[in-house]
Amino acid sequence: MPPTKVDAKFDNEKTEDVLTRAEKLSLSKKDLVEMYRTMIKIRLFEEMADKLYALGKVHGTMHLSAGQEGVAVGTGTVMHDTDYLLNHHRGHGHFIASGADIDKMMAEFLGRETGYCKGRGGSMHIADVDANNLGANGIVGGGIHLAAGVGLAIKMKEEDNVVLVIFGDGAANQGILHESFNMAAIWDLPVVYLCENNQYGMSAAVTRVSSKVPFKGRAEAHGIPGYFVDGNDVLGVYEIMKNAAEHARSRKGPVFVEAMTYRYFGHSKSDRNLYRTKEEIQAWKEEDPIGRFETLLLDAKVITDADIDEIYQEMNQAIDEAVSFAENSPEPDPSDVTEFVYA
Amino acid sequence: MPEITYRQAVKDAMVEEMRRDERVFLIGEDIGTYGGAFGVSAGMLEEFGPERIVETPISEDAIVGAAAGAAMIGMRPIAEIMFMDFILLAMEPLVNQAAKARYMFGGKATVPMVIRMPSGSGTGAAAQHSQSLETILMHIPGIKVVAPSTPYDVKGLLISSIRDLNPVCFVEHKLLYKEKGEVPDEEYTIPLGVADIKREGSDITVVSSGIMVHKSLKASEILADEGISVEVVDPRTLKPLDVDTISKSVKKTGRMLVVHEAVKTAGWAGEIMASISETPAWDYLDAPMRRLAGKDVPIPYNPKLEAAAVPQVDDIVQEIRAIVHNKY
Ligand SMILES: Cc1ncc(C[n+]2csc(CCOP(=O)(O)OP(=O)(O)O)c2C)c(N)n1
Repeated sequence: MPPTKVDAKFDNEKTEDVLTRAEKLSLSKKDLVEMYRTMIKIRLFEEMADKLYALGKVHGTMHLSAGQEGVAVGTGTVMHDTDYLLNHHRGHGHFIASGADIDKMMAEFLGRETGYCKGRGGSMHIADVDANNLGANGIVGGGIHLAAGVGLAIKMKEEDNVVLVIFGDGAANQGILHESFNMAAIWDLPVVYLCENNQYGMSAAVTRVSSKVPFKGRAEAHGIPGYFVDGNDVLGVYEIMKNAAEHARSRKGPVFVEAMTYRYFGHSKSDRNLYRTKEEIQAWKEEDPIGRFETLLLDAKVITDADIDEIYQEMNQAIDEAVSFAENSPEPDPSDVTEFVYA
Repeated sequence: MPEITYRQAVKDAMVEEMRRDERVFLIGEDIGTYGGAFGVSAGMLEEFGPERIVETPISEDAIVGAAAGAAMIGMRPIAEIMFMDFILLAMEPLVNQAAKARYMFGGKATVPMVIRMPSGSGTGAAAQHSQSLETILMHIPGIKVVAPSTPYDVKGLLISSIRDLNPVCFVEHKLLYKEKGEVPDEEYTIPLGVADIKREGSDITVVSSGIMVHKSLKASEILADEGISVEVVDPRTLKPLDVDTISKSVKKTGRMLVVHEAVKTAGWAGEIMASISETPAWDYLDAPMRRLAGKDVPIPYNPKLEAAAVPQVDDIVQEIRAIVHNKY
């Protein structure tokens, strides 16, 4: 790994070969391939979204997560369909990893009536409330307070699921994190806090704007167990998230995980990347979560080069279909602009 | 006079004031190397260094609170809130602390600070990055609210805001950053609380601010061809409000339309109409006063819905026609 800006030891195992690790984690070969496929799906989906943006078909702004697929898939594979998800602005990967229908996602990006939010929300506010996905958020840290309430309601309603709230390293500096931690801790709420540390909040390097990293110390200060994981190691993320989710699921209270990763694209569409070097970006691309996993799977003969080609073809086709579904979908009628304000 | 952009005018005002007065500093997110989300402060880090271009964590509550604290002991902070929507995370230090300190402490404290914030829709950024929340700010005693529409007004008003001894919310419209206009080389200021007549006319007074001034001016041109003469008044400062200038204009034209992007319910159009009804202009009205405002909805993502959510030139044209032709 290139020197991370957060100097600390990871809590996940990474010594053994992939099959031994998979066995320990009760993951079958099929599971491993599925994880790989989802990572490819996310990468290709975002590349398409970026292309459509350049063509003017997707507008507004968009926050791409390329480079962070290890966190998304390691996490998504652990979580249950019934768990609640509070996503953030850079959340395409998490949404796909939690089982999103990419047709409806693409339609939302194109502002169509058939999109997840009927074209009202766009990439930054995409949600699937029926599936317990309570939305991406345009407000940095916007899901952190909601998480305490969702956790509280899970307890009140005696549901057996948990809430996963995802936010960036930048969001970890919003004061609300402490209020939410404290509430979750005093009431033993089933909240899994996942801080996706891609090392920058826009142009702000995490170490420049954060008093102490890794952030797990902040959780521990509230008596919440904290873990620090290599986010580009999808199995490492899976392992730690599995333990974390289990902690919350068995009603031992909240838990915090910080996954170290890196974003390749600029922050959003207005970023000229002046705050980091090309060399740094390149060094991280060499630690690509997809590339690393692919090598492991090839070495262990879980997949072959031919399988990989096939997966790419299949995913590209699925994404092309999503684009054509979106493009052939109707736009909302402007006279419906006042719909959905009140229930 | 040289032409500069609205964006440049914001920057020039800050740079000139920082050169003139070492108590002035800029504080906010990504205002250094990145140059601010809208590129307003690009290059300022190089001139003033990190001591005066204070880059913060993503902590709006603390940014505004820290600015207020610094102002209370004699500094002159300019806080940049990346999008106006995020001022909602900092309402406590703004409303309960900065706005009230002077009054609560018997006039002994001053809180000379500026909070700059880009407002408005039109970029496709949807509900949480597109709001026009100036009315919420206007409602709070102790805060001044400025919302300029041209580069000339930006520069003169921002310098006055920085020199003002009170918390000033300086509302920039994000679609106007590229707008060009003449700005003199020599120093000038525009006093807060003074409206400006952007176009003279005799049939109707249109009061609008920010981007709606530009839309109202376009509508006025279209209507001029039909023989309708529109006077466009830009309050420039929403609080304190220059009721006198608006009232005089309405006395002359006998009709008034207020146009704003902020949503209609409890928007500042209502405040202007109420204020005018309290002046002698009331007796000169030939038609009911009207308002054209954003629909009472969060800003949607889809571009056609987004456009439908706020007044467009055509809506203004139609509304003025209806008023002038006594349709109400
Ligand atoms: C309250 C608030 N402040 C600022 C912003 C502007 N903004 C959007 S994303 C971002 C950086 C967030 O960094 P981080 O939480 O690390 O997530 P990342 O973008 O790196 O995934 C900023 C400053 C915002 N959307 N909301």
